Amino acid sequence: MIDISVNFAGIKAPNPFWLASAPPTNSGYQIMKAFDAGWGGAVWKTLGLPTINVSSRYGSINYRDTRMAGFSNIELISDRPLEDNLREMQEVKKYYPNHAVIASLMVDTRQEWETIIKEVQDAGADGIELNFGCPHGMCERGMGSAVGQEPEVLKTIVGWVMAAAKIPVITKLSPNISHITDPGLAAVQGGTNAISLINTVKSIVGIDLDTFAPYPIVDGSGTNGGYCGPAVKPIALHMLKELAQHRQINKVPICGIGGIETWRDVVEFILLGATSVQVCTAVMHYGFGIVREMEAGLKGFMEQRSFDTIYDFAGRALPKVTEWKNLNLKYSVKANIDREKCIGCQLCYIACDDGAHQAIKLSENSEDRIPSVIEDNCVGCNLCSLVCPVENCISMQRKDDKSEHLTWDMLTQKNEIPNTFNDERAGGKGHHVPSVEEAWNKRENI
Amino acid sequence: MIEYKKPNTKEEFKKNFKEKKPLMNKTEALVESSKCLFCYDPPCMKACPTKIDIPLFIKQIHTGNVYGAAQTIYKSNWLGNACAVVCPTGVLCEGSCVYTKEDILPVQIGRLQHFATQYIIGNRLKTFEQGFDIQKKVAIIGAGPAGIACACELKTIGYKVDIFETKSAPSGLISHGIAPYKISNEDALFEVEFLKNQLNFNIFYNEKINSKQQIMDLESKYDAIFIGVGIGSTANLNISGENLNNVIGAVEWIEKLRKQEHQTTIGENVIVLGGGNTAMDAATESAKLGAKNVVLAYRGSKEDMKAYPFEYELAVSCGVDGLFYAQPIEILGKEKVEGVRFKNTLNQEEFIINCDFLIKATGQAKHLELFSLIDNLTIDDRKKIKVNQDTFQTTNPKYFAGGDAVNGGSEVVNAAFEGKMAGIGIHNFLKNK
Ligand SMILES: Cc1cc2nc3c(=O)[nH]c(=O)nc-3n(C[C@H](O)[C@H](O)[C@H](O)COP(=O)(O)OP(=O)(O)OC[C@H]3O[C@@H](n4cnc5c(N)ncnc54)[C@H](O)[C@@H]3O)c2cc1C
Ligand SMILES: Cc1cc2nc3c(=O)[nH]c(=O)nc-3n(C[C@H](O)[C@H](O)[C@H](O)COP(=O)(O)O)c2cc1C
Ligand code: SF4
Ligand code: SF4
Ligand code: SF4
Repeated sequence: MIDISVNFAGIKAPNPFWLASAPPTNSGYQIMKAFDAGWGGAVWKTLGLPTINVSSRYGSINYRDTRMAGFSNIELISDRPLEDNLREMQEVKKYYPNHAVIASLMVDTRQEWETIIKEVQDAGADGIELNFGCPHGMCERGMGSAVGQEPEVLKTIVGWVMAAAKIPVITKLSPNISHITDPGLAAVQGGTNAISLINTVKSIVGIDLDTFAPYPIVDGSGTNGGYCGPAVKPIALHMLKELAQHRQINKVPICGIGGIETWRDVVEFILLGATSVQVCTAVMHYGFGIVREMEAGLKGFMEQRSFDTIYDFAGRALPKVTEWKNLNLKYSVKANIDREKCIGCQLCYIACDDGAHQAIKLSENSEDRIPSVIEDNCVGCNLCSLVCPVENCISMQRKDDKSEHLTWDMLTQKNEIPNTFNDERAGGKGHHVPSVEEAWNKRENI
Repeated sequence: MIEYKKPNTKEEFKKNFKEKKPLMNKTEALVESSKCLFCYDPPCMKACPTKIDIPLFIKQIHTGNVYGAAQTIYKSNWLGNACAVVCPTGVLCEGSCVYTKEDILPVQIGRLQHFATQYIIGNRLKTFEQGFDIQKKVAIIGAGPAGIACACELKTIGYKVDIFETKSAPSGLISHGIAPYKISNEDALFEVEFLKNQLNFNIFYNEKINSKQQIMDLESKYDAIFIGVGIGSTANLNISGENLNNVIGAVEWIEKLRKQEHQTTIGENVIVLGGGNTAMDAATESAKLGAKNVVLAYRGSKEDMKAYPFEYELAVSCGVDGLFYAQPIEILGKEKVEGVRFKNTLNQEEFIINCDFLIKATGQAKHLELFSLIDNLTIDDRKKIKVNQDTFQTTNPKYFAGGDAVNGGSEVVNAAFEGKMAGIGIHNFLKNK
């Protein structure tokens, strides 16, 4: 029997799909609609000190015909009156006692933290999330990412919060830092019950070519925004892995955030150690209904692999993510083109010839548009298989006999690190490219 | 059975003859252009007789440089707008798009091309520059696609160009032969107007070149002459009854259709004779004009027809009935046509089919009288002007030729290519003089 309910640092929810603190959780109305649509939890839009927002708040990156592949905002924390938010929170909790309602908070002084923590606890929040992430606006007032980027300050504030809170506390981290483990460790040392990440990435999504102002444009100028959406997922996955592999940090559960839109994204975050996830951009793009696809997909995946709960596979990818020095130097794959599937676009040819290792050649017969791989030159980089527009047309096939396992680390330990260039696959050894002179003589009509 | 209601107004005509390749809007252009893979050595481009850099202009549309896209198109093809909608793309660029190898619909290259060319034409954007003044003059006979392309090419190089045209409007068969559901008169004429305004060649209308005197005048006033007269009127079948009322040649009838639209005469029971693309067009157009029955009669098999299969399919989808192995031997009737006596070419049996309107699409005569006025002009056994295939120079060095008069009747895109090449050929000829 598949059970996708979660107990995240003591916060219980019917499933791991939570709404991130953002416009979709602005009001009780929206959160109730989301719970009805299938979301298991919601982190309320960050509550704190009074703010004023600007008009024109979002910008985005479109890729080919795909809208909002990346999304940027310059919005601040909630601009609705605190008492309205608290009253609605209490009412939502009354109607939805089994769903997780988490209050995201951002204030300045210790006094303010203590007051607001008491207020949300009284309103019935199941947990608290500390917003140390916003890379725009609030950080100019010494809050948000200004805290997330200073591990010592972060630790102090987490300490204040832990002393005051009676419900579980999640610390939300900013990715705008070189080593995510620094604030991660500070949060754990400060006593946090859990970590969530990532908040948005400091960014400029584009410039208007008529006015030269960055998007989004507010009366002729703009400011850096916080970047999120599908484009940031790889950054989020990496940071999640850094924390989940860290022995002191991984004692607390981690909630994954950043570019999640489909069940596949959810499974990947869980495989790298997350035990709940939060979503914003996908909901802002498609509405609460997209959770249907996530839930069905996650359950289907679990059924196929006979996982009963998400804890059965959480973190299962972590042992496979290692350092470069541990990779097998003797492993060898080479590209293989399926002539039946090939449509003759020759993108693989030009990609390999101009952008990789000159290991694909065109047929001598100009009627035959199907290229072929020069195995001697192929280093197994994958590029051709990535550019090929036909599903499963170029496959990477293993060519070594699997008998040898040799890593850079092993060479280091044996004191056998090469002091000459001796990679058989590299140019000049087994790899044949025309010499500069040959190439010069072959130039036609240029 | 024909499903079209006879159009009685301009609006009803427009509805029946609705454009097959409507102009894309920006959203559609964005989505469609994103589909192009930017192939290496692209097969679509190889299949284009004018070798337009297709992946480049599609990428330019996609990145919002629609003006640049149009420049890319016109750099290769002076009739870029007309070709976008009249070209048989299914057998040219789109037919070669790599997606077809996977049984996926090809990128809609023609409609994307139209999107780009309409952008500069609709907004009247300055796109072309006349070349540096060269004190040499070229005369062009015929303002069809071949003549226009030749004129544009020569003007960008810098020659003075005068075009002489029989009719009172330019564009040749684009506006008086091609089916109205492919291109409207306005669209056909706007493009020529647009080119003419920016490149400043002269067109003298109602100037049919058909006397030795005219030819001698041209030869004395001009340094080179381009012949772009296309092919002529429908040839006679040489069977009895051809002079009866309501018996008409396809090109003559289609020219009427382009001018008179819903007021064009058509019968209730129409027979179209022929198996080429002109026959297919005439049959489809008869159906769209409200004929009750349209029979397309061809002397060979369906597979023998020279027409593109998609043109036959279009006719059939409009309700036209194909009749094969039917050779017309006599046109019956007193004053008006009443029927055609056919012979079955397989078993030689004769039979009659009644009709009240007969369209002959059985081939066109060539402009032989004109050709005979020019000294040393060699005409081949199929009555086409013989030219050098690179320079399009005829056997009389002062004369160049291109388009249907040279290829015997092909597509607009071939005429556009040959006209352009002849322009370059003329320049190479004159610059050394
Ligand atoms: C019914 C029909 C349908 C067609 N459909 C298509 C189609 O869908 N797509 C496509 O690409 N092609 C189509 N074509 C073919 C295309 O129209 C021609 O290939 C193209 O127009 C040829 O261009 P051209 O300049 O050589 O000749 P034309 O277009 O015939 O132009 C010749 C010009 O010369 C003028 N002229 C002739 N004699 C003289 C003279 N003695 N003095 C002065 N002027 C003269 C004529 O009036 C005319 O304007 C079709 C043709 C026909 C007949
Ligand atoms: C396969 C690969 C190898 C790279 N190697 C180098 C390198 O040797 N030196 C370097 O400065 N940057 C290297 N880069 C980074 C690129 O120079 C560039 O900064 C980065 O890819 C971002 O640009 P892009 O988005 O256009 O790819 C490499 C990038 C790729 C994809
Ligand atoms: S895997 Fe890399 S090197 Fe090998 S053929 Fe493909 S692109 Fe070239
Ligand atoms: S990229 Fe794929 S489809 Fe295109 S030529 Fe190469 S193998 Fe064929
Ligand atoms: S063949 Fe198709 S996909 Fe390839 S460049 Fe041409 S239009 Fe684009």
